[in-house]
Amino acid sequence: MKHLSLRTLVSAGIALAVGALARAEAVAAASLPIPVTPPPESHAASMDYVGTLFVFMLATFVGLDIIRRVSRLLHTPLMSLTNAISAIAVVGSILIAGQPHPNFIYNALGLVAIVASVTNIVSGFLITDRMLKMFKKREGAKR
Amino acid sequence: MNDTIIQLAYLAATALFIFSLKWMNDPATARRGVLAGVAAMVMAIAGTLINPGILAGNYKWIALAVILGTVIGVPLSWVPLTAVPQRTALSHAFGGLAAGLVGVAEFYLMASGQHEVTKFRVGALCAEVLLGFLTFTGSLMAAGKLQELKWIPSRPVTYRGQNLINLSLLAVAIICCVLLVVNPTEYRALFPVVVLLSLLFGVMLIIPIGGADMPTVIALLNSYAGLSAVAMGFMMDNKLLITAGALDGSSGLILSIIMCKAMNRSFTNVLFGAFGQVQAAAAGGEKKTVRSCTPTDAAQLMEAASLVVIVPGYGMAVAQAQHRVREIYDELTDRGVSVKFAIHPVAGRMPGHMNVLLAEAEIPYDDLVEMDEINPEMPQCDVCLVIGANDVVNPAARTDKSSPIFGMPIIDADKAKAVLAIKRSMNPGFAGIENALYYDEKTLMVFGDAKAVTGEIAKHLAGEEAA
Repeated sequence: MKHLSLRTLVSAGIALAVGALARAEAVAAASLPIPVTPPPESHAASMDYVGTLFVFMLATFVGLDIIRRVSRLLHTPLMSLTNAISAIAVVGSILIAGQPHPNFIYNALGLVAIVASVTNIVSGFLITDRMLKMFKKREGAKR
Repeated sequence: MNDTIIQLAYLAATALFIFSLKWMNDPATARRGVLAGVAAMVMAIAGTLINPGILAGNYKWIALAVILGTVIGVPLSWVPLTAVPQRTALSHAFGGLAAGLVGVAEFYLMASGQHEVTKFRVGALCAEVLLGFLTFTGSLMAAGKLQELKWIPSRPVTYRGQNLINLSLLAVAIICCVLLVVNPTEYRALFPVVVLLSLLFGVMLIIPIGGADMPTVIALLNSYAGLSAVAMGFMMDNKLLITAGALDGSSGLILSIIMCKAMNRSFTNVLFGAFGQVQAAAAGGEKKTVRSCTPTDAAQLMEAASLVVIVPGYGMAVAQAQHRVREIYDELTDRGVSVKFAIHPVAGRMPGHMNVLLAEAEIPYDDLVEMDEINPEMPQCDVCLVIGANDVVNPAARTDKSSPIFGMPIIDADKAKAVLAIKRSMNPGFAGIENALYYDEKTLMVFGDAKAVTGEIAKHLAGEEAA
């Protein structure tokens, strides 16, 4: 059990490190003075998406590994918790809603997306906690 | 500078999300997991809000949207636990909608030259829109079926050539996506087609799926909602979206694999197999006799037992009988009868549904036993009480090769010394399959609403003790 969770953490660490590296590279590439309008298929861009694919692959392995260990008792709360976590789409929604656009319709789309995601975040976390509160061991449940 | 802070906040949020799911491995640490999840989400949102790209004037709109989302979200978390499957499906729909809308906005920003266009980004965007919108309508349909809305048939709807039509819809959508990747500006008129086809495909995908397959489908839609967030992450070059989405995607995937295994079926079979039509042939067979008894008889039978195994199913959830079941549990354990609950992975309408209901009734989780662990004990079981479960105790799964559920792992209720089955009538269950267990000679049927019957059994047990 102990070394398994360690393995999970190590793979998480690798995923994060690769992500940070890829990001750093992108930032470095962006801060170079020359490419004002970088060609779409530039070297930096192609490296960057390989970096994101790395992150995706490693995160999936971490995810599969962790989820397999989740107690079967808790599969319903797990689902509502991952519901709330997948509402991470709120990040993209805020960016679209907040950036200046030629037409407010783009912001409006982002705002609707925020409403939908925040609904999931709020209800997801609240209901997960509500359900988890009810799981008790034998001693605690006796009147 | 600001960018570093944002990326560090995202980094911490990712780690916290991983811890959040890791702590779900034990009910004792699970609530800490929720806390970690909340902290991660707060960091993610805060990190995004300080992004210099956000116009100061737009914060008030964002705040408004957040408030509105909270106002809708809080009441959604108060639903009764029997309605949790619908709520989950509904929130997958919201997740899909959010991803889809962001994709739409981003596409037109790219097409009008506002945002950089690369083949990779357009490809990711297409995946996001496709997954997002099909999850949106598919989950709305699933929620409607689970809520048993009148205008959505909860039984599977099938017609000739259904799979062909569905697959060609998907194929057309994918061809449009490929063209968009090749040349987004020239083929931009195809984008609305992709959106419409995804919306339509979501509906068509769920129409042929019946109640018994809902746990698998909900888990699958959970996975899609996560994958659409991943696609959004690819498009926006955002690692937090990718990691959090991948965690969600793998969770949905694992849950649906567990559900499929528990029904001995493959993914393709669940999605394209249209299960659950009533089998006219089997129902028209010879007339079989059933023996029934009163709740009082049932109570006396259980009192005399030393091991009682209770098999709950969706019927218990519908009747809200879990609190009465708990009274029975208390009375029997007070008398030294050992009581265990046998939980089939697909009992109910979503993964783990029965565990949550029984936990709500304050039944300690040590006594909730999984199928694989309880089955070896079944021959020692004196009385097996089946409450609103049907297919998960149907011995045809072991013996009858012609049965649609043949090969599905079941709880061996028929191996117990006696079986009590609480059921409203002899109608076949949700999957529409006859159950030989009810005609077994050691089975006694207790007809009636699960809540009323369990209430009477509990009253009888309590009365005896007082006398």
